[in-house]
Amino acid sequence: MTTDTITPSTTGETVLDARGVTMRFGGLTAVRNVDFTVNAGEIVGLIGPNGAGKTTFFNCLTGLYIPTEGEVRYKGNVLPPKSFKVTAAGIARTFQNIRLFANMTVLENVLVGRHTRTKEGFWSAVLRLPSFHKAEAKSRERAMELLAFVGLENKADHLARNLPYGEQRKLEIARALASEPGLLLLDEPTAGMNPQETRATEELVFAIRDKGIAVLVIEHDMRFIFNLCDRVAVLVQGEKLVEGDSATVQGDERVVAAYLGEPFEDAPGKDEVAEVEAAEAHAEAATDAAPGKENDR
Amino acid sequence: MTTQTTAPETPTPASGKPAGLIGLPPKTGLALALGGSVLTIISTFLAWTWTSAFPGDLTVYGYPGGLQVLVLIGGALATLFCLARYGVKGLGWLVPAGADAAIKFATLATFATSWYTVLAISVDLGGLVNLEPGGYLVAVASLAAFLGALALPFERPEPDPFDPDDTGWELFKHRAAGKWATVKAAFATGTPRRVGTLPSYVEILIIVAVLALGLTVFTYGIGTEYDELFIGFLITAAFGFAALNKAGLIAQASQITARHQNITICGAFVAAALFPFTQTDDQYATIGVYILIFATVALGLNIVVGLAGLLDLGYVAFLGVGAYAAALVSGSPSSPFDVHFPFWAAVLVGALASLVFGVLIGAPTLRLRGDYLAIVTLGFGEIFRITANNLDGISGPDLTNGSNGISSIPNLNILGFDFGLQHSIGGFTIGRFANYFFLMLLITAVVVLVFRRSGDSRIGRAWVAIREDETAALAMGINGFRVKLIAFAVGASLAGLAGTVQAHVTYTVTPEQYLFAGVIPPNSAFLLAAVVLGGMGTISGPLIGAALLFLIPNKLQFLGDYQLLAFGLALILLMRFRPEGMIPNRRRQLEFHEDAEPPTVLTKTGA
Repeated sequence: MTTDTITPSTTGETVLDARGVTMRFGGLTAVRNVDFTVNAGEIVGLIGPNGAGKTTFFNCLTGLYIPTEGEVRYKGNVLPPKSFKVTAAGIARTFQNIRLFANMTVLENVLVGRHTRTKEGFWSAVLRLPSFHKAEAKSRERAMELLAFVGLENKADHLARNLPYGEQRKLEIARALASEPGLLLLDEPTAGMNPQETRATEELVFAIRDKGIAVLVIEHDMRFIFNLCDRVAVLVQGEKLVEGDSATVQGDERVVAAYLGEPFEDAPGKDEVAEVEAAEAHAEAATDAAPGKENDR
Repeated sequence: MTTQTTAPETPTPASGKPAGLIGLPPKTGLALALGGSVLTIISTFLAWTWTSAFPGDLTVYGYPGGLQVLVLIGGALATLFCLARYGVKGLGWLVPAGADAAIKFATLATFATSWYTVLAISVDLGGLVNLEPGGYLVAVASLAAFLGALALPFERPEPDPFDPDDTGWELFKHRAAGKWATVKAAFATGTPRRVGTLPSYVEILIIVAVLALGLTVFTYGIGTEYDELFIGFLITAAFGFAALNKAGLIAQASQITARHQNITICGAFVAAALFPFTQTDDQYATIGVYILIFATVALGLNIVVGLAGLLDLGYVAFLGVGAYAAALVSGSPSSPFDVHFPFWAAVLVGALASLVFGVLIGAPTLRLRGDYLAIVTLGFGEIFRITANNLDGISGPDLTNGSNGISSIPNLNILGFDFGLQHSIGGFTIGRFANYFFLMLLITAVVVLVFRRSGDSRIGRAWVAIREDETAALAMGINGFRVKLIAFAVGASLAGLAGTVQAHVTYTVTPEQYLFAGVIPPNSAFLLAAVVLGGMGTISGPLIGAALLFLIPNKLQFLGDYQLLAFGLALILLMRFRPEGMIPNRRRQLEFHEDAEPPTVLTKTGA
């Protein structure tokens, strides 16, 4: 099933290794000197306030941008500077604002994802030799497997544009998995989802990890991130602030400051804080889901 | 429109309550439609005018001639639909989607054709006095039938509430939109029931019948001898087709053909190959072969534009490269090369030359997206023509013989079969152009094969993916530039292939044959128009679009200088009312008319 030899839940081998990645657009430094690793069998989260440079960093990892400084290695090899070559190397991604091939069927979308793992060219298609039929049948079979994996097997012939929002997200994941990646990058997979759908996505990501694929997730839904991830990195103003497990990150004062701001001089005393927290805890039951987020690119 | 002739005081009848567009009782209306249609049929056997000065000989009692035949067909169609509406046993299969809208269109076809004829007679001969009683009868009868059909009930749309603050123009616009919606609803029809599975031999017989009908209609259209008949043909064909469509027959036929795609395509080629046998001389085979050249190139362009989404405005240049290449090696006296290649070698040279040019042009330009690519290809098309003009030995090296072109290209001779001579096959005389027609049909078959097979494969999916979302396609590991270059090169070589035959058909290759826009197809603008008009990403679309775009200017000579104006107007109207083209790709239809259909399952993954 997987193209590589990783066995699930071995966290030894480094899959992705970014060293000193810096991305400048003219005078603006969107990402500054970020070191970052993802190990095999791991789910790693990347969080940060809006405009922190998460998606820019993502684009550096997938070859959409070429980092101004630093380098990104996938399983020891420096990534080529073209996004299609990155996919061929074994990194697949989904997009923050869904980018399906809207006027193709669900099955065709996944088949397009198989592009790097098949070789049939123009002549093969025109001549229709037995090898063509064989490869096509195999691709279809694998695509149907993946659709079954995300739960879309009975919608294979629908147009992608006609799927409801949540299923479009699932289809994007299935399409990314079709390239048999060793690392899957999910850019806000639960944006705009309701709590049930978010939980289903959580299950899906665990299932992907269990297939032996390392996962890197950008997300704003903190509950989702801290449930899911083995490790979380926080990016603030283009720099990596902290990295560690959920408890470390949640307890870090700088992270709280980055999201909520520094306490000002006449900061409320402990009693007042306790009072407010009590009130918030009361109100929290009603407002469960994290607020949606604008495009930060 | 007279929506409220009976009760002007009352507002528009509540929606859902069926009523006709005209305030006649529906039963009377149906009777009127049937009676009118029968009378129309009878009148086509009468004389319509007293003199044979009007073409088509409409002076004879006893049998219909010329335009009368068209009216007769329309009348027969309307009568059949009326009888089916009355529930006559054995006619139910005619109207799987309901008879009312079909009756309306059929009577409209009859009405429009007969009134066009009557008016043409009066104008041509100078006055209504030139009409015989038959002429008056057909005018009255077809009008009565059409009015009767309009009285048939339909579901009125819910009137939109209007904003009371609106004044004048806004209110007028609102009312006009409401009336237009009512008229549209009057001509709307239900969805046809699905065809049950018939025994496959029945289905194949149906396909044969459909193809035979298509061949007959096409042959009739190509063989129309005077402007009036061609216009009458267009009117009858357009509204008649609409009537069949509204009756649901077209939808059912396409369901059946979709089940037997290979048989349908083979059958279509057989039908096309039969075309020269329906002709007595070579006159219309000439038109046939030019249509085929035009259609084949349009289909090649459809790979570039329809599948890969690359707007190529200089495509005709590749046809030119192929034609020049073939002409240079044809042994023509004005070619600087004193060689005479056999046809198979000439075809390879032509296709390869176009391929090389396609790659040369594509390699630098395909890195551009959208509009930029269109501009660069537009420029390339012109550069090709001007270069061909200048390579005359004076402004540049002598290669193309300048504006005189390469002339006296000898006829092809394949395995002893001389394409320039008449041959007798089974008692039918097959002339020069018919010979080339068969050869061109072979090329068309190759292009159709390439289109179909590459469209439904890994490379075809990559093309569509690039068209849909280039960034996402790149992220899926598709090498966008490479895949686009393949599309461009394939399209170019197919055009070159057609060009090699074109060079021999036309005897002479000159730069002026390969314009961006001109009156004579094929030129880049008409090629693109054929693709868009017919339907992007389909096979039959560009073929039909090209046939129409060639026939209409060819037959309507009286348009003269206004041809391009009429062409432009027709394109604007089409883009406004049917942006997906005449034969819509399933995907595009859903794209443009999202509300028209519920989320649909694509039964076949047609590219």
